[in-house]
Amino acid sequence: MKYLIAICLVAFSALRAVAAVDIQEVESPSGIKAWLVEEPSIPFVALELRFLGGGNLDPDGKRGATNLMMGLLEEGTNDMDARAFAKARDSLAASYRFDTGADDVSVSARFLTENTDESMALLRQALVSPSFDEAALERVRQQVLTSIRSSQTDPNDIASREFGALVYGDHPYATEYEGTAESVATLTRDDIVAAHRNALAMDRLYVSAVGDISAEELGVLLDDLLADLPETGAPLPQEARLTFDGETHVVPFETPQSVALFAQPGMKRDDPDYFAAYILNQILGGSGFDSRLMTEVREKRGLTYGIGSYLVPRDYAELWVGQVASGNDRIADAISVVRDEWAKLATEGVSQEELDQAKTYMTGAYPLRFDSNAAIAKILVGMQMQDLPTSYVTSRNDMVNAVTLEQINRVARDLMQPDALTFVVVGQPAGL
Amino acid sequence: MRAILTPFSLTLALAASTALAQSEDVTTFTLENGMDVVVIEDHRSQALTNMVWYRVGAADEPAGTSGIAHFLEHLMFKGTDDMAAGEFSATVAANGGTDNAFTSQDYTAYYQNVAADRLDLMLEMEADRMVDLRMTDQEVGTERDVILEERNMRVENSPQALFSEQSDAALYMNHPYGIPVIGWRQEMEELSQEDALSFYKEYYAPNNAILVVAGDVNPEDVRAMAEEHFGPIAPNPDLGPRVRPQEPPQLAERRLKFSDPRISQPYLLRSYLAPERNAGDQREAAALTLLSRLLGGNSTTSYLATKLQFDTQTAVYSGTSYAGMSLDKTKFTFVLVPADGVSLEEAEAAMDQAIADFIAEGPAPEDLERIKTQFRASEIYAMDSTSSRANRYGAALAIGLTVEDVQQWTPTVLDITAEEIVDAAKSVLDRRRSVTGYITSGMDADTGTEG
Repeated sequence: MKYLIAICLVAFSALRAVAAVDIQEVESPSGIKAWLVEEPSIPFVALELRFLGGGNLDPDGKRGATNLMMGLLEEGTNDMDARAFAKARDSLAASYRFDTGADDVSVSARFLTENTDESMALLRQALVSPSFDEAALERVRQQVLTSIRSSQTDPNDIASREFGALVYGDHPYATEYEGTAESVATLTRDDIVAAHRNALAMDRLYVSAVGDISAEELGVLLDDLLADLPETGAPLPQEARLTFDGETHVVPFETPQSVALFAQPGMKRDDPDYFAAYILNQILGGSGFDSRLMTEVREKRGLTYGIGSYLVPRDYAELWVGQVASGNDRIADAISVVRDEWAKLATEGVSQEELDQAKTYMTGAYPLRFDSNAAIAKILVGMQMQDLPTSYVTSRNDMVNAVTLEQINRVARDLMQPDALTFVVVGQPAGL
Repeated sequence: MRAILTPFSLTLALAASTALAQSEDVTTFTLENGMDVVVIEDHRSQALTNMVWYRVGAADEPAGTSGIAHFLEHLMFKGTDDMAAGEFSATVAANGGTDNAFTSQDYTAYYQNVAADRLDLMLEMEADRMVDLRMTDQEVGTERDVILEERNMRVENSPQALFSEQSDAALYMNHPYGIPVIGWRQEMEELSQEDALSFYKEYYAPNNAILVVAGDVNPEDVRAMAEEHFGPIAPNPDLGPRVRPQEPPQLAERRLKFSDPRISQPYLLRSYLAPERNAGDQREAAALTLLSRLLGGNSTTSYLATKLQFDTQTAVYSGTSYAGMSLDKTKFTFVLVPADGVSLEEAEAAMDQAIADFIAEGPAPEDLERIKTQFRASEIYAMDSTSSRANRYGAALAIGLTVEDVQQWTPTVLDITAEEIVDAAKSVLDRRRSVTGYITSGMDADTGTEG
């Protein structure tokens, strides 16, 4: 009985936890917009910059240019070489991360309040005046090539490559933004300079900051940091046309455990049914939760250590993806269970009890995501990119709770396509 | 804390005050049955991390049952006399929380991230499964398949992980750290319910456990709840000191060759047996921590990167690692990925020359100062993650360190001299106490490696 009482209380505490995140919308003197959460109790700041475009911007034949460019930002500027830059950064105890994704590139900085100006002046050099000198280009090119070579013999990477080629047609998503050994080998300094100009532009920028800084200080900081970036970047890509043939494709590879990726069409992030679909996935294969796939494939049959599914609303394609790994002699059984569960959920839907459990879990787990300055900064930038209002952090759980059994089961019928569920299996699977 | 003159002396002042704040918000006490409790207050949000650590890990397993500590960790999510199989995690989820567990050579820990007002329920359930675990043979059999698939995923599908097991087995000639935490496959296949329960009965007791609660809580409330739920559980009077077989004098360097067609990039791995952090005695471990950061802790500025990646194009990657958080002797490891056209032998010779040069020259003062500055700042950054702080205290107490050792760690590191670093390097980097591995695809392309 006490468990039931505890459940009734959770929605209340979830709301309280999120209300503590007080988001300010800030505009710098020159007009750069940002979201800020002031958290003065620890003397540092987490700053997150995100530029739309990412690896999708690579021109034909230049696959990997954006990724290599981002890897070179910290490898020397007009004023200092790679080692001088790293020493200056470490002496300030600042850290900068430069990451490439298919849809965007990100800059994540962390710096002490006491040396904010020096830390930002250094970051400005990396963003605005990287030197892309030949020695650094060759060194980082070799690192990227090493990583590409490793991915040739990694079953997960092989599966992901094969899957991209099957599903995405001629869209950039069909190949990896790291590029191929061939494309990366031929990239020139001019290609890198062009990638920099294409990717880091003000017309596609989203900013958030969390930590020991005021709105006014942040505005001045952003103007100093970003003023010299170009106004506009390269045109963004078109929507992808996806193909799901519903087959099970095997890529032979000598390894004891087969790795399987599976997917069908997903749903756009701004679809009115998105929360229903999100809860549906939580029940089917969501993480941190006794999902149907986890129960059937792992708990009841011991066929895998891990199985999960995810709605993946990318900028130019929507997928519903899952993955599982089982010994070569057992993967066929695992796949068969997944196909059965997929078909069962499509026709029978979920129960009121499952819906309630998923809602309780999701609404309770949501505030736990806000557990550090850096995590909050990433959440805030993601919200802006999805065009959500600041009030979303308090209204989000209401939207989860508003999903009805009728709605979620309608979405199960309409969205789930067991016949389109396409598998890529890498390994030496028996019986496939 | 000793004053050190730096261009950023303000950092020092801040770190000092932060360290003080950090000790003020940590409270420790011990229940009458011997269970240690650590409370870390962080009132920035209304969440908390609740952890129960057991001072038992894979290195404490009976011979021939490798993997039982980790297998038991999985079985702890089955039922008890009061709860059905799977109900523990389902209840955490129904309260909007997430839960999991992990096993190392030295400890096993269970945790939940949950809203702060759910602590009482979490403690009640953890106390329940500390002594009242129940399971069926069928559950045990199915879960054994799960851990075998976990081994498939983590080890069999990764040639790097396969070699790492071989290397540890060669480094530790007598100590159980040479046996993998997940277990050797042929022993995992035979693990039984009896193996799990006998391990459980011996080691899962309040006097072998540490409760760590971090987040929006106050120590008095935690004390009251801990006394209510864990207080009634009797200690195990038969628990002895944690004494494992130790290493004999290591007199012969070991060299391994490993090939696997899944290796796309030949590399070299060298591990040396090394001292660990001990209660009240952390200086050599602190010196080794700095040594690792100086030699290979940064892909651009560390000594090996400078010599092997910038001054010469010998390697595309070089790095070192040292983990002082260990109950018994730990390891100091080098990894080196040669550049195109450089053989493993050539790369190894260049690495050994660089190590010898470093020992002869000693660390450059500006390099040491820069790394210490980062250490000071890491104290500030560490305050941002409540769960990391809970982990830090829990792991330390589980390997016999004290709260004071945790709080003295950064001041100790900052106090280490260049001379102590060189002495530690001379003492530890002795190839008679090392294993060197050449990892290749076994194909002709890796010229110079197959002799």
